[in-house]
Amino acid sequence: MCEYFVSGFDVFKVRFIMEIYKRDVGAVVDKAQPKRVDGLSKILGTAVYVDDIELNDVIYATTLRTASAGGVVEEIFFDPALDWSEFIIVTAKDIPGLNAVKLLENDQPVLVDRVFRHAGEALVLLGHSEPDMLKKALSHIRVHEVPLAHPVFDIDEALSAENKIIPGNVYSDYLLEKGDVDKSFDEIECFIDARFITPSQEQLYIEPQGMIAILQNDGVLRIDGSMQCPYYVLDALEQCTGLSKDLLRVVQTTTGGAFGGKEDYPSVIACHAALLAIKAGGKPVKLVYERGEDMRVTPKRHPSRTMLRLGANRAGELQFIDMDFAIDGGAYRTLSPVVLSRGVIHAPGPYFCKNIRVRGRAIATNHPPFGAFRGFGAPQSIFALEVAMDQLAAKLAMDPAEFRRKNLLRSGDVSPTGDILQNDCFAQDALEEALRVSQYYERQAEFKHWNKQNNGTVRGIGLATFAHGAGFTGNGELYLASRVLLQAHGNGQVEILCSNTEMGQGAATTLVQIAADALQLPMDKIHLAQTDTTRVPNSGPTVASRTCMVVGELVERAANLLLQKLMTEGGLSKLYSVDEFADACLRMQESKKDLLVSASYQPPAQMLWDENKFTGRAYSSFAWAAYIAEVEIDKLTYETRILNFTAVQEIGHAVHPQIVQGQIEGGVVQGIGYALYENVLWNDVGVMANDRLTNYIIPTTADIGPIQVVLMEKGLGAGPKGAKGVGELPMDGPAPAIVNAIQQALKMNIDQIPVMPELLMKLACSERVSQ
Amino acid sequence: MVEWVRPQRVGEAISLLSKMPLDHYQIISGGTDVMVTQRLSMHQKNRDWLDLSAIPDLKEIEVHDKGIRIGAGVTLSALRRHPQVQKFWPMLAASAAVTGAAPIQNRATLGGNLCNASPAADNAPVLLAYGASLEIAGQQGSRIMDYAAFHVAYRKTALAAAELLVAVHIPYPPDKSVSLYRKVGTRAAQAIAKVGVAACFQIDAAKTIVQARFGIASVAAIPCSLPTVSHYLQGKKIKQIDAAIVRKGITHDIAPVDDIRSSAEYRLETTSRLIWDAIQHVE
Ligand SMILES: Cc1cc2nc3c(=O)[nH]c(=O)nc-3n(C[C@H](O)[C@H](O)[C@H](O)COP(=O)(O)OP(=O)(O)OC[C@H]3O[C@@H](n4cnc5c(N)ncnc54)[C@H](O)[C@@H]3O)c2cc1C
Repeated sequence: MCEYFVSGFDVFKVRFIMEIYKRDVGAVVDKAQPKRVDGLSKILGTAVYVDDIELNDVIYATTLRTASAGGVVEEIFFDPALDWSEFIIVTAKDIPGLNAVKLLENDQPVLVDRVFRHAGEALVLLGHSEPDMLKKALSHIRVHEVPLAHPVFDIDEALSAENKIIPGNVYSDYLLEKGDVDKSFDEIECFIDARFITPSQEQLYIEPQGMIAILQNDGVLRIDGSMQCPYYVLDALEQCTGLSKDLLRVVQTTTGGAFGGKEDYPSVIACHAALLAIKAGGKPVKLVYERGEDMRVTPKRHPSRTMLRLGANRAGELQFIDMDFAIDGGAYRTLSPVVLSRGVIHAPGPYFCKNIRVRGRAIATNHPPFGAFRGFGAPQSIFALEVAMDQLAAKLAMDPAEFRRKNLLRSGDVSPTGDILQNDCFAQDALEEALRVSQYYERQAEFKHWNKQNNGTVRGIGLATFAHGAGFTGNGELYLASRVLLQAHGNGQVEILCSNTEMGQGAATTLVQIAADALQLPMDKIHLAQTDTTRVPNSGPTVASRTCMVVGELVERAANLLLQKLMTEGGLSKLYSVDEFADACLRMQESKKDLLVSASYQPPAQMLWDENKFTGRAYSSFAWAAYIAEVEIDKLTYETRILNFTAVQEIGHAVHPQIVQGQIEGGVVQGIGYALYENVLWNDVGVMANDRLTNYIIPTTADIGPIQVVLMEKGLGAGPKGAKGVGELPMDGPAPAIVNAIQQALKMNIDQIPVMPELLMKLACSERVSQ
Repeated sequence: MVEWVRPQRVGEAISLLSKMPLDHYQIISGGTDVMVTQRLSMHQKNRDWLDLSAIPDLKEIEVHDKGIRIGAGVTLSALRRHPQVQKFWPMLAASAAVTGAAPIQNRATLGGNLCNASPAADNAPVLLAYGASLEIAGQQGSRIMDYAAFHVAYRKTALAAAELLVAVHIPYPPDKSVSLYRKVGTRAAQAIAKVGVAACFQIDAAKTIVQARFGIASVAAIPCSLPTVSHYLQGKKIKQIDAAIVRKGITHDIAPVDDIRSSAEYRLETTSRLIWDAIQHVE
């Protein structure tokens, strides 16, 4: 007799594969789902990423960085044993313009001059035609640093530290207030008081960051690279090089993922490459990061800690939400104030509550600056609230779904920011649909039964309900004043000119599809022009789920203008064929009439926002969601695995359902990573220590389980046909849903992520000791 | 320029090795460990390559009346799929199946996994629990040694200069035996073990433990066994086994550390739980 045992894992895998198979053959979607315009080149490997670009006479570049967590650079010593004349060397003294990365504030130097705030700040740039020589050179430069005596790496330590990095160590301090929390606290029947922690998270786009710069014969400095926001890069170059914009050209290369990580940092690399190029005598300079360097120095998700009191009456109606929400901004301000404001606005969730107080602060520490990452502050505050909701439900002895049902916003309710909700409110609908499709109550009963038996695992089901506003916060879109151009050509082809970038998310396909739809043309008649600042207007950055909704709407509007123009000036009739469209274009061209139309952003009429008081309407559209996670935890090892995941999302209108589904599945996987695996570890100078794919653990296909995506389309969003932003919600919901499921399975409170087996083991052992 | 040599026979490989100074050749089998190491160590001097992949003898699996002989160059995919391995040595099929992921298993060899000598090697625990031995070839011909004596220190094996691992021999598990294997990785695939535990119990008709053998990964500088626990369990029935003594034995026999993947505390606790759970399966 030979017995054999491994955990139920293989069964699980098989089930997962079956599920994918079912999904592929069974998915019946009656909408046009054209192939992605960039799909084939990526499948065949012919897409050209920045590192693939072949250049003659290229100068490779590298960056020498500070070693201490802040301090003063006294001296940089170049070992005379090496012939430095072969190298291009750039230090702060070589910067023709302002030594500051252009963003909200000019606090971050492009290159350290003397004083610095974190380890890994760029100090010297080196260029050479042979990469090996660069490695050698790095070991021949000695830097005399006087390190900061007491660097801080923790939010609360930074607040109480004696020596501050900036006054108070607070970049921004916001207050969202409604009703009277203190008064309602005095009358409260049931409340919880908890403290939640969320970690940093690395975007881990598949293509590391990089730029190529060349100073052309005509005096134009051209930058090609991987980026989300070409006009941010252009502005940064203008400030740092002192060149006027007509002498600067920024071109986006095929971008292999970004997730926010290529929002601000490409400006830094572009400035570095540009500074080298200015001294390179017309040779192209290539500055491409290796994975480890990218992970150590580029911005990641802000860590957060939230102190939270949540109160309800016995009937389960929320009475107050009181939050002290703080995010770690790192050593420079960068985008932290904006991340914080989104975090604060999303903190009270999609609930009706009379008394709300959210204080939000972005804190300075000596970590490298944290930056944009899918969700942008919202996943952090939503995590705290949603886990607290379950803890309060448990205290009320109420089912978490029932507790939410009682409190979710309805049309006509006053939102946390004092805005009266119109018809576009589907929080309740999303919840009911999620409960239905996941068979929530049946599963809950099954799991209860399962957990009573002598199985090797315990199971739990948890949910999260949330909303996410798309586009820039408040008046942001107004300030951006985005503009899109459509250029038709004599052959009937139409080009979309905008600064929004395809980075893997499907924007190119979606925008082309919107234009094709509006123009009633096949998609191959429409092209998205390469994102080149000498050709495309500024339609804003590719962030905040604004591309489809805001820019898509502009594309749609421009397309209608083009049609009007062709009808009035080019003799196009109301009903036309593809050929007739081309004929009209040709007639226009021949009679020298221009075929260019533009559309600019106009805010919706009801869009009033007070950015000091945090009152009014923060976003033109919120998308609504309810996520449900089913988990299983091994009783011996405390490993958690996802049995099933259900994502129900009301997104207004799905322009391309399959791309939307891909966005949601991908985001859920990133959310699973945030919840269970991704653990950024810091070394003693506050830099990411696990800077390799072998030790920064993200989920694989074997870790995620089946993901069921349900789209609800009520058509009331601000985008084309009522579309709303999609891509960030899937980052908001998984962590709280999963943690709530684990809390339920193990009957213990959990207040941090990632929920690694080590954490659960520790909690379980300490519970055992205390009993 | 580096050279790439690809001998056809073991003897040929040995004579190449013995003609050159130690460390002249970088031996490569599937390459899944060496290629990574090469890429990571920037200033490593370029060594010539000795490629074992063209030696047919190293690729053979032979099942005979005493057990199995697995060539050092057999891939983990081949092992995982081998019907007799699955039938008689299921723990080995299982450990091969959880090493890396399918693409790695297609190239990675059993010999490479052992000779790379990582304390986290996934196939090491089951070979220790099965009481495997190794066939090693050198200039003087071949020798057989207990696998348990192979790992001598962190990342150091008992292989002498100009020696190659040729095959792994595993006897049939005893008639009445219970075996269990479990890997606890950082995730479900492409994961380095936080802990890997293999246990093989020989029991008699009265369910007394005749012999208990363990192998554990990632809890010491080398893949290790649990001599104190094995000794304590010998001759005992389940009812007579004291959990506290087992736990004490484990604490004595292993030396887990905190590292970037897990904590010493978790490793000790998980090892203890998995071993205790394995013992319960004897009933
Ligand atoms: C992505 C990835 C995931 C991985 N996951 C795992 C995992 O989950 N678990 C795990 O245990 N390992 C894992 N590994 C490591 C590796 O795949 C295994 O150790 C594999 O078994 C090595 O076999 P190989 O044939 O590729 O060895 P090689 O790389 O060819 O060789 C490894 C070492 O052994 C020596 N060697 C090889 N054959 C002989 C011989 N016959 N005689 C003497 N010396 C020899 C080589 O000189 C070298 O030092 C992973 C590796 C990668 C790249």
